[in-house]
Amino acid sequence: MTVSEITLPKFKVDSARPGASAEEHSSRAPLIDLKNLSFYYGRSQALKDISFFIREKVVTAFIGPSGCGKSTLLRCLNRMNDLIDGVRVEGEMRIHGHDINSPEVDVIELRKRVGMVFQRSNPFPKSIHENIAYALRLQGVKDRSEIDGIVENSLRGAALWDEVKDRLHTSALGLSGGQQQRLCIARAIAIKPEIILMDEPASALDPLATAKIEELVLDLKRDYTIVIVTHNMQQAARISDYTAFFYLGELIEYDTTTKIFTNPAKKQTEDYVTGRFG
Amino acid sequence: MNTAQPPAIHPPGRHFRTDGFYAGSFFFTGLTGLATFLILAILAIILGNVVWEGWGSFSWRFLTGGTERDMFSVENAGVLPMILGTAARVILMTIFVIPIGVITAIYLTEYARSGSLWTRFIRGAVNNLAGVPSIVFGLFGLGFFIAFAGQNLDRMFHAGAEPHWGKPAILWASLTLAVMTLPVVIVATEESLKAIPSGLREASLALGATKLETIFKIVLPQALPGIMTGGILAVSRAAGEVAPILFTGAAYYMASLPKSFTDQFMDLGYHVFILSTQSPDIERTRPLLYATVLALLLLTFTLNIVAIFVRARMRRKMRAAH
Amino acid sequence: MNEKQTDAARSWESLRKGHQSRPLEWLVERGIFLVSLSAIVMIFLIFAFVGREAWPVVAGKMNSSSVQTVIPVAEMDKQSPAELRAYLGLTKAKFDSMDLETRKLMMEIKVEADKEKPVDKDAPVNTTAWHYLFRPHAWTGYEKPSYIWQPISLIHKYNLVPLIIGSLKATLVALLFSVPLALAAAIYVSQLAPAWAKEWLKPAIELLAGIPSVVLGFFALIVMATVLQNVFGYESRLNAFVAGIALGLAIIPVVFSIAEDALTSVPRSYTQAALALGSSRWQAAWKIVLPAAIPGVFAAVVLGFGRAIGETMIVLMASGNASIVSGSFFDSTRTMTATIAAELAETVTGGHHYRILFLIGALLFIVTFAANFAGDMVMHRLKRKLEGKA
Repeated sequence: MTVSEITLPKFKVDSARPGASAEEHSSRAPLIDLKNLSFYYGRSQALKDISFFIREKVVTAFIGPSGCGKSTLLRCLNRMNDLIDGVRVEGEMRIHGHDINSPEVDVIELRKRVGMVFQRSNPFPKSIHENIAYALRLQGVKDRSEIDGIVENSLRGAALWDEVKDRLHTSALGLSGGQQQRLCIARAIAIKPEIILMDEPASALDPLATAKIEELVLDLKRDYTIVIVTHNMQQAARISDYTAFFYLGELIEYDTTTKIFTNPAKKQTEDYVTGRFG
Repeated sequence: MNTAQPPAIHPPGRHFRTDGFYAGSFFFTGLTGLATFLILAILAIILGNVVWEGWGSFSWRFLTGGTERDMFSVENAGVLPMILGTAARVILMTIFVIPIGVITAIYLTEYARSGSLWTRFIRGAVNNLAGVPSIVFGLFGLGFFIAFAGQNLDRMFHAGAEPHWGKPAILWASLTLAVMTLPVVIVATEESLKAIPSGLREASLALGATKLETIFKIVLPQALPGIMTGGILAVSRAAGEVAPILFTGAAYYMASLPKSFTDQFMDLGYHVFILSTQSPDIERTRPLLYATVLALLLLTFTLNIVAIFVRARMRRKMRAAH
Repeated sequence: MNEKQTDAARSWESLRKGHQSRPLEWLVERGIFLVSLSAIVMIFLIFAFVGREAWPVVAGKMNSSSVQTVIPVAEMDKQSPAELRAYLGLTKAKFDSMDLETRKLMMEIKVEADKEKPVDKDAPVNTTAWHYLFRPHAWTGYEKPSYIWQPISLIHKYNLVPLIIGSLKATLVALLFSVPLALAAAIYVSQLAPAWAKEWLKPAIELLAGIPSVVLGFFALIVMATVLQNVFGYESRLNAFVAGIALGLAIIPVVFSIAEDALTSVPRSYTQAALALGSSRWQAAWKIVLPAAIPGVFAAVVLGFGRAIGETMIVLMASGNASIVSGSFFDSTRTMTATIAAELAETVTGGHHYRILFLIGALLFIVTFAANFAGDMVMHRLKRKLEGKA
């Protein structure tokens, strides 16, 4: 069976959208560089010898069936895995050429530069304003008017400002699921990271809220490098420029999204994107 | 598709179960239900008896009066000195036990590796501390706080014939009770810390907060109701305890109120003991005794009920969050 | 673009500052760890300082004999100065200030004094020796060897057996009364009660734990003792039975909570599987859930035992406090805890009576420690098993 014989799923890669064509980005410099990265939970190996690089200011999607290690890899990038007892990382992980796996790296500083949005929206049980102000105060921003300005900018950046500007000081828990997730994105961008990691940010949302998040991601990549884990292949195809396919802890294929979804080099990738397993 | 009715294996009706089945079920449920009812009935009888007999003498004068004239006089004696003494030792205890208990709970939930030897040691010690008999705490208070710490303080700072530190005092009673209620605070705080979704901690850490910032600005404010529950439970437990303060600070009778933390004090629970066992005429002083018990029960029960409600609400919230 | 990139790249340099950049936090976190050891430290201190006061008895360094073996004045030279000083009961300064003649005079006075003391065959006995603490002895006036606790008498009799038996008697009654009740209630609340009743039954029963033990003691003394005496018609109004029932009330919430916890931690799927096979709710509870939770029930009993044997005020007020060795539950009885509470205030600090009471405290501590340890171990194993971890 050849690739041309497969009926591809009905989603379109919008090549007319400015900046969406993956080829356009091949000149972009590699930002995150992984070399022979392996990851262990106790004795079981969750990531096996992963080597590739993620380019700057594009959207890179990690896809693969559950338990393939895509979320684990994402959480390696800001060392959130450090929080789990008994894990071990081997290999190199460089951002701007600095090995962020080194024990000398201050993870607190790292996480200020590599923001993260989680699968389940997790706003703090504080007011909307306070959710973002908390992030800013961690950076040492104390000036009130400055905080107010950044809060507004980040909410605008997360396309939430118009919806919440009249109730900034009410509890964030009163927002809808999609709004909460956008607030989390606003909170992440408030501290101006370079990279934003998103761990299935829309998996718990309805289609309309999902569409809004996707729009936002496309918008954000002008300023940020975005790595997104997703279960939803249409979503990967719609919003990412590059796609990495993982299976059982291994990186099977990594290429431009167009290539992965129309002409994958590996049989496993083909089977997965056409929905034969997973 | 076979549309025909399947043959009836069991004829309809009550033939699935024999009558013996119903009888057994009824008997067993009835028996266990009866036991539950019996326990609640005993609780109700005790409370009812105390309220019924104590209410008559429970007056404003009784609550605000002292024991200047005669501690066994039904007409004149009041319990103000005892209420103040109990309040003082309990408040002082809270100041000691809450910070230590909360910090230990923070360590256990936020820092400790769950399977490590240290953690198991600490947990084992907390569990065991909860089971140490209260009279042993009394002995400990006497042996450690008064005979060891107090006498050494006297040796260093108070070279007089009369001991200043090395004698029973509010301070030592409070410290003894603080040791005793430490597990209560630790367990309650731990429970409330565990109830906080880990997503909140991750969100804070992912924003570049340090672990401490996360604990103090996100986790602890959320855990406040639970910490309060722990504090209230500790207070209600300690308020009614008599054995640990027998040798560490409680006085049989004092003509005036204590003036400093190194004075002895009169105590509500100990007073109940005195009135029930040392009264010259138990029948005559009965109303006084019942009123004192009522005062003690009101104090501990109000606190307990508040704690139970706060905790129930917290648990419901926690279930909703997960 | 290029300039901006180097800018960004430079900011990544500061990543390498490392942990030293936050010394204050490091210090606070060390502090948190140190404070968290408080429970361990306290257990250790309790053991050390209760043990410290009891140690001379354990080590056999106490002597409570009311007469000394008289040393004839002629043998004075055979004694070392230290021995002589101890014999005469003098401080070092005083002893050194005396010349040989004065010492000799002291010895003679001692011999004279000894002659005038009442003669009791038990007077030279050191009653704090292990033998007298645990074995029966035929004291003067007793026909056969008996276990006697009589610390305030001419001969201080410190036999602990009556107190241990007293404690065990009250505890046994308490367990026999409370375990069936609390266990049945736990089964009802966790397995059979409708959901709406569960919501308030559990806190209501736990309210019983909120009654101070001095109030339970008061209730037993003033109300229950009379009622029970009228019902059962025994002689002594206050006895092990009354104290045991009141003690049982105190441990019902303990046994109930632990048993309920164990029963609830049996996975719901067990019950559902049994119900699916056609058994009734009570059969599922009795034949499936209870056997699975039986170690938890055991733990509940053990922890209840630890609580009951250590309880003080209830037994002090309701047991009658006579240190009689008897098999009857309706005799007045004196427990270890009540003895400490009643007698410690009258003792001389550092004296033998004082130290014996601390010894009783140390014994209580060890017994409850063992009971708690066993109970916790069983409960821990049970939960692991039910969670499928072991």
